[in-house]
Amino acid sequence: MKRPETCEEVFALLSDYLNLELPPEACAEIESHMAGCDPCVEFAESLRKTVELCRRYQPAEMPAPLTGQARAELEAAWQRVLAARKPL
Amino acid sequence: MDKDAEVQLARDLLAGEAGAFDRFVGYFRAKVFQYAWLMCGHREDAEEVAQETLLKVFESINQLREPERVRPWVFRIARNACLMKRRKSVFAPAQELSLEALMPSHEDRLPLQIADWTALPEDQVLRAELRSALDRAIAELPENYRAVVLLRDVEELSTEETAQILEIGTDVVKQRLHRGRLAMRQKLDDYLRTAAPKQEVNR
Repeated sequence: MKRPETCEEVFALLSDYLNLELPPEACAEIESHMAGCDPCVEFAESLRKTVELCRRYQPAEMPAPLTGQARAELEAAWQRVLAARKPL
Repeated sequence: MDKDAEVQLARDLLAGEAGAFDRFVGYFRAKVFQYAWLMCGHREDAEEVAQETLLKVFESINQLREPERVRPWVFRIARNACLMKRRKSVFAPAQELSLEALMPSHEDRLPLQIADWTALPEDQVLRAELRSALDRAIAELPENYRAVVLLRDVEELSTEETAQILEIGTDVVKQRLHRGRLAMRQKLDDYLRTAAPKQEVNR
């Protein structure tokens, strides 16, 4: 793997770095670059926060309450599968 | 519900335990609806995807051999149901995001010009404005990227699970995730530059 020596190279690898999907040598290179590059640290932090926001994201939209008919359709399907399992 | 509770729920359902049915429906119907709403953009389609997904889940519940994999299994079915609902995008060319375009603006080289992210609330309840900025950032992602970001970062599925659901390679998942995240970061950065300072003043 190419060694991340410049900001652009660090930039390209940041998600893999945050996901812990990089080999240890590449992580070490990124950390060594960041030790001397505040803008990259700040940028990585903003990307980490973006991911964190996604993880805590709760869409405002909720489905309409389940109708009796829709629930009955689902339960019938489940009951059919359960019934088919029982020995004759 | 955390992953352990979700897996236990799947075990209870497989065991035919009374009460598991309504809990399973209540939990996964909301999850699948929200995913489908973000993928399809239509409430009516999302309601139908949720019902069709659950119906398929119950019809084929015996095929869920590993309850540990209930979430990716349900989302695989939901993804297919979503594809059947695709409207105008069917013939639209897939939009690609370029890495260069997602670099923060800079003169010559870095240092990067980015907004102050330290002001971002880390508390449990996101401010309504921030959530709406996040809604927009997700909705505006090209579909290929949105599909990956929703499964990887919102549903917290693994790279491999996401690759299987979307029927693409793990390298493609990684590439789309990175660019999708960068595009979202950029939109949230724009939001922080404009909306957030006004809120500071109004406080």
